[in-house]
Amino acid sequence: MIAAFPHSRSWSLRALVAATALGFGASSALAADPIKIGVIAEAQAIAGASIPQAAQMAAEEINAKGGVDGRMIEIVTYDNHSSSADSVRAFQRAVNEDKVHAVISSYISEVVLALMPWASRLKTPFITPGAASNEITKAIHADYEKNKYTFHGYLTSGALARSVCDAAKDLLVDAKKMKTAVIMSEDAAWTKPLDVGYEECLPQIGLKVLDHIRFSPDTTDFTPIFNKIEGAKPDVIITGISHVGVQPTVQWKNQQVPIPMLGISSQATNSTFGKDTNNASDGVLYQGVSGPGVAVTPKSVPFADGFKAKFGNFPSYAGYTSYDEVYFIADAIKRAGSTDADKLVEALEKTDWEGTIGRIQFYGKDDPFTHGLKYGKGLITGLMLQWQDGVQTSVWPPEIAKAKIKFPAFIKVTAN
Amino acid sequence: MLALQILIDGFAISALYALGATGFTLIFGVSGVLNLSHGAIMVLAAVAAWAASSILHVNNYIGATIGVATALVASLITYFAVVQPIQRSRRIPNEEKEIFVLTGTLLWGIMIQELIAYFFTNNAKTVLPIVEGVVEILGVRTPQNEIFTALVCCLVIALLWLLVNRTRMGKAVLAASMNPRGVTLLGLELTNIYVVVWAIYGILAGIAGVLLGMFLGVSSYSVGPLTASAFSIVVLGGLGSVSGSLIAAFVVGYLETLTAYLVSPAYRTIPALLLLVAVMYIRPQGLLGRR
Repeated sequence: MIAAFPHSRSWSLRALVAATALGFGASSALAADPIKIGVIAEAQAIAGASIPQAAQMAAEEINAKGGVDGRMIEIVTYDNHSSSADSVRAFQRAVNEDKVHAVISSYISEVVLALMPWASRLKTPFITPGAASNEITKAIHADYEKNKYTFHGYLTSGALARSVCDAAKDLLVDAKKMKTAVIMSEDAAWTKPLDVGYEECLPQIGLKVLDHIRFSPDTTDFTPIFNKIEGAKPDVIITGISHVGVQPTVQWKNQQVPIPMLGISSQATNSTFGKDTNNASDGVLYQGVSGPGVAVTPKSVPFADGFKAKFGNFPSYAGYTSYDEVYFIADAIKRAGSTDADKLVEALEKTDWEGTIGRIQFYGKDDPFTHGLKYGKGLITGLMLQWQDGVQTSVWPPEIAKAKIKFPAFIKVTAN
Repeated sequence: MLALQILIDGFAISALYALGATGFTLIFGVSGVLNLSHGAIMVLAAVAAWAASSILHVNNYIGATIGVATALVASLITYFAVVQPIQRSRRIPNEEKEIFVLTGTLLWGIMIQELIAYFFTNNAKTVLPIVEGVVEILGVRTPQNEIFTALVCCLVIALLWLLVNRTRMGKAVLAASMNPRGVTLLGLELTNIYVVVWAIYGILAGIAGVLLGMFLGVSSYSVGPLTASAFSIVVLGGLGSVSGSLIAAFVVGYLETLTAYLVSPAYRTIPALLLLVAVMYIRPQGLLGRR
């Protein structure tokens, strides 16, 4: 620790010299100064790895068309090792040393909740491309002046539950006459409001909730969980999983649990999920905001294909949102005519952008989900996809469905 | 019905724990090394088997063999690159060598873990089972893979027993664990015995890792918990005692399964850890410990 001090002093000295130099040159360089966006993400997790890649892709596209009023977009990336503490340090460094104008970070709700106060303290607009907890928008609503710098660029857990229920009504209740369900979700910040949403909307669509199993995210053996679920004899398992995914799916297949799974399964949104599970994924139904070959908007397919050509795999769900976010941040800076944080926040609030996941608008100050994405027809509804023969296929809503749902032989689709 | 379910599931997981812990305790018994890169070597075996079948497209058997071979190589590297240099060093005082080996193997394990996460991400991987499908055992639907796992574990442990008790090489290993100096006086090269033990260990850890990959799946996150579980089983059974480890593995396996079924899957590991604390208070040398 002691040895580190002279080091850090020389760093701050150097930063001071650099800052002074920048100050002298500022007037002449202003027009061409790049717009810097910090991207802090989980580089080792598949869901997180797409975040910086997609952001970089959007920046290159914008720059190729001349940037924002002649200013180029520069993406500065940081690996947070899926840790809140590392994320906070990266955020401080991004703002204080690398002088970024906005930050895109993380698909983990716990990380986003840890960064929110730092966005306020350092007055830097901050958007998450993949976290879901309702607590994020709730905190913005509760103390708007303090937390207004944070934007929730992905659906809240409440909206996700709504989206799952809307799809389950058409696919399971109306088409397959299913009547009962068991909720299976991991114990994490994002699933608390999700479960509340499920408990509320499943009975409304006609699925009686027989049991509700919450398990630790570090569970490796799912045998007892599946046995307990089977004992309740539900027609369907409604999932809320993100930290786990590969292991329950493989064990579901190996144990031949005869009940279909539908719901949120973040790892299933990755195009590598089939390979990771040796195609045990076949039959899994998962909610998504976009997917390979699915034209949610005219921008969705070109983005996914371009991403695959560049990086070798299709983006995770957080890749789509991260790509859109760079675009609408650029759009907001253009409208604000400035990178000033408060002006940028005002401009971001007026966002009306057609992205890869739908039409993006944010709820306002007076809505309980302040700065959350607006959910609904004509905006973002989400979709339901299914792994079929090793490929992600859209099955809902009907306008963009590519196939009907089908299950592996061990699944018995019944209405008990 | 539930009792039979617990009996079957508990047996498979316990057998797997036993196999994982046997190699770990063997190394400690013979050479006094607590190898904290144990979890990393198991995960490495599973990931290598996964990569072989999903990237190189070899069949299940070759994939599994590649996994075990990778663990064998990793184990020998651990001995020659990490453990032996510390044991032979003249600059490290003898009384500090144990702690250096602990730290060295721990760091080596973390290096393997980070490399796996870097190249293959931290998402879980699963090895394609060698046998698929399910059978009904008195009404309990059991994956054939689970039975296969239990059988292979028991078979390998039995082979190890034969090797140690019935062959010349095994007897030398046994002798080295009792009195290393005596073994050298008899004209046997101690280093050769250590190399044999590390090779046996690598194969055991490799088989355990590949089976775990088939049965439950592993990710780079599993490294720490796997080392910790082997460590607690070995401490519970008595450091260095192979039969103690086997008993402890079944105690821990069944305790976890009982908790998962009868209490909640969320509290699975807690009773086993409480038991470990209790044993440390009442019988610090473990169930079958010698000291």
